[in-house]
Parts: sequence; structure tokens; C-alpha cells
Amino acid sequence: MIVGERKPIEEIVEMIKGYKRVLNVGCGGCTSICLVGGQKEVDILNAELRKACKAENLSIEIDAFTIERQCNADFFSELDPMIDDYDAVLSMACGAGVQFVAERYPGKPVFPALNTVFVGVDREIGWYEENCRTCGECVLGETGGICPVTRCAKGLFNGPCGGTTVDGKCEVNSDVPCAWYEIYERLKQQDRLENILAVKIAREWENQTQRSLIQEAYKKRYAKER
Amino acid sequence: MLFCPMERDVRMKSGSTLEKVLRAGKFAFTGELGPPRGVNVEAVREKARHLKGVVDAVNITDNQTAVVRMSSWATSLIVLQEGLEPNFQMVCRDRNRLAMQSDILGICAHGIRNMLCLSGDHQQFGDHPKTKGVFDIDSIQLISMVKRMRDEGTFLNGIEIDGPPEIFIGAAANPFAEPFEWRVYRLAKKIEAGADFIQTQCIYNMDKFRDWIRQANDMGLTERTYILAGVTPLKSVGMAKYMKTSVPGLDVPDEYIDRLQGVERKKQGDEGIRMACEQIKEFKEMKGVAGVHLMAIEWEHRVPEIAERAELLPRPQV
Repeated sequence: MIVGERKPIEEIVEMIKGYKRVLNVGCGGCTSICLVGGQKEVDILNAELRKACKAENLSIEIDAFTIERQCNADFFSELDPMIDDYDAVLSMACGAGVQFVAERYPGKPVFPALNTVFVGVDREIGWYEENCRTCGECVLGETGGICPVTRCAKGLFNGPCGGTTVDGKCEVNSDVPCAWYEIYERLKQQDRLENILAVKIAREWENQTQRSLIQEAYKKRYAKER
Repeated sequence: MLFCPMERDVRMKSGSTLEKVLRAGKFAFTGELGPPRGVNVEAVREKARHLKGVVDAVNITDNQTAVVRMSSWATSLIVLQEGLEPNFQMVCRDRNRLAMQSDILGICAHGIRNMLCLSGDHQQFGDHPKTKGVFDIDSIQLISMVKRMRDEGTFLNGIEIDGPPEIFIGAAANPFAEPFEWRVYRLAKKIEAGADFIQTQCIYNMDKFRDWIRQANDMGLTERTYILAGVTPLKSVGMAKYMKTSVPGLDVPDEYIDRLQGVERKKQGDEGIRMACEQIKEFKEMKGVAGVHLMAIEWEHRVPEIAERAELLPRPQV
């Protein structure tokens, strides 16, 4: 899941203060699941915005509408007829959703209400942890299911560095386990240490330009368009 | 699980003094010089003058502790002009593979023949804590890249180099960080990648170091690389406590602090040097230790005295 956090109310007010009618669009996808951009959070943000606008003597009308996902154009059909009634849009989706809304309505200013933070998992309700940097060349099979790209502060492929603490924590943050310490412990437990004994050579980074991807089964279908 | 013991490649790789001393079987002695936080060239020359004729080579640190300083290659050149052999340090934090390879060609073109390959302290510890760390490749991949440039005459991408660099390749090892039992295997990986010599983290816990070097001996690793034991004399009780609690990857047993506390404040530096000399004397006799790397932080002027007291002078002429 993509995890986001709400921008400070002051920053959001600053973005929309020049507009009279604003539509706040929620997303039923990841940001709804991580409790920051669904219908409920749209309503909470709008209530806060109305209060903040009142305090600043701003007269902005703010409405709410949540669609199933902002990262698929099929879900925009309900939104299409509404857009003309507004002179700006606020999006509570991740950065991908914000850009897709902006692409759909090129004449409308679209503003992000969230900062998109990471791809991660639920630790507990409302508590999330980053686990994947979407590097495009997964090594988890060799590293005991622990990602060195994401979880090692230096992203080492031949760790651990010399900074691992006595209790197996990262030198950068004593609350965070050293990824390579955990990789070592897990592989030892599984008797698979040979996985990390060989020198892992420099990788070809595949995430340095925008990526697009067509699944194998669809390659023929899009062959002409490419 | 074990790496096959292999013989050391007997061919001269770089012709540096450090390489010649080690290949001649002499006990090597290297120092360290931290570049200034500005263009204070005289400060570099002053530090270099204390070390000339005292050490076989001097490590020039690369933005150590992630604090901006005069670049390590530029400082290395000044040191070279002073008649002292530099050991150019390069970290993976600040350069991508393009910058690394061009700097390697550049230093070699200017006559620098030793290089130490490091990951680098994380930027969070430095003076620009929110900078973007590069870490395009890691330290072991850097070692392998330099070896490839030197021995195969190609860049990392396989393209031929017009005049390959001749470099004596160094790497660091920390015998004290966890998981301890994996550390010797990481040393093996560094040797496998191409490390001709190793300089260790500052050693205080001698028991643990003896254990680590025994493992390296048992695995045949000390036959394949030259290990220089890292020594940093403690200047005071305050420094000892700081090293114990605030420097990642250091292990300072209480006996060091107790010994420093046992003497009056003015004499603590002298006691620190005495302890360092005791360590050096043991390293000289220790199987698998080929030399000492003295990191006398901002104490370059005391190095001649330490070398004298540790009976490391005169340096061998090779």
C-alpha cells in the first residue's frame, strides 16, 4: 500500500486561498486504507478548512466527493460532470492520483492535500512502516525477505557496515534494527548464509527515469500504440 | 562455507612505498591527516611535515564524519608535494560511479598510488544531515571496480580504459561491530573483491581483536591481504568516554577509562600514548598483523614521539 500523511492545514489554505469554489476529492484506494485520504478524512479536512478560512476572513466554498480510485480513469466518470462547477480541485490521493486528476482536467488547478511518503505495511491501526523502494530488481529472495535497499540507511548490497551496534541496531537510529544484522540472523536460522557470502556486484539502477510497464499478456494489444 | 585459501598475487600492483614495505615483509606504519575546513593549505603542509619520514603513507580522509572539508584528492596532492606518500580515501556517500572513476584516474595521473575504499559515515552524522546520500555502489563494489580498472583495464561498464590506473587497493574492516561472527566473512568478501590491504577500525578491545585475527588466520585471509591494525591514542578521560558512547562501531573497555582516570589530568595524554604503544608492541608480534594504522586525530605533531616510543623508527628504505 502507498502511505501518505496530511499536509499542514496552513499549507493547504495557502494553496486554495485565491479560489471561490473548491472540490476536495477523496480516494477510496490506498490513502483511504491508511486513514488519510478517504471520505471520512475529506470531511474532516473540509471542516478544518472552513474553520481556518473563517478565521482568515476567506470566503471559499468547499465541497466533497470521493471516488473509488484516482489512479484509474474509469472512476472519473462520476467526477467529470461536476468539475465545471469548481475553479480548483484538492486531491487526497497519493502523488500518482493527484497527477492523474490534473491530467484529466488540464484547465483546472489541482492541489495535493497529502504528502506521499512510502510503500509499506500496517504495523498497527494508524501505524505504518516503509518496506519497499520499488527499485525494480527485487533481491528479497537472497536476503531472507528483508530489503537492504529500503531498510539499510546506506542501501548496502554487501552489508553490514561497521556501524552496527552491540544490540544489532543501526548506527543512524538506535530504535531501528540494522537490516543486515537481521538478514544475517534470518539466513543463519535458515542455514542459507551462502546467499550473502559472494560479492554482490554493482547493480544497474532501473529506477532513474520514469518507468512504464505492460504485462506480458498485453504486449500484443499495445504494440501499435508504442 | 569457507573461502578457498589462495596465494597472494606476488606482482607489484602500484609501486607505492606502502606496497613495497608490505611486500618486503616489513612492519608497515601509516598515519592519518584530516583536511582543513577551508583552503588553509599551510595547515595541511604543517601536519604533513610532522609525518614525513615517520610513516610509510598517510591516509587523507574524505569528508570524514560527513563534514565538508577540502577534497581528499586535492589534499593528497599537497601532501605528495611535501614528499609524503598519500593514501587517498574515497567514500561511496558523495559520488556516483562516474565521479568515482574519473577521480581515480585523476589521482593516479598525479602520482597517487594508494587508495582506501569506504562506504562512508552516514550523512545524518555530518554538517549537512539532510543531504542526499549517493551510495550508488557500496564499498565492496567500489573495491571490485578499482580492481577491474587496474587489472582488466576497463571501466565498470566493460569499456576499455586508455591507460589503466595503478593503485594499491585498501579497504576498512571493523572487527567490533555486530554480528561479530560474520565480520570475518565480510573481510573475506573485501579480499575477494580485490582488497590488497586492510586498515581496521580503532582497536581497544584486544581480546576481541585477537579472536578476529585468529579467525582470519584460520581462514587463510591474512595470506591474501595485509592487515594493518588501527590505533587511536586516547588523549583524555573525556575522549575515551566519548569514543565509548558516541562513536558508532567502537568498543572501548572500561580498563582504558580506569587507567586514564588513575593519572592526573595533565598526564592523561601521556598515559594514552603509553597504552597505544603497548598495543603497537603487541601487534608487532601478532601473527597476521602486517602493520599499524595510527589515527592520531588532530595530534599529528605527537606522531613522531609515538613512533619513537613504539620503536617503529627508522622506517625501512624500500
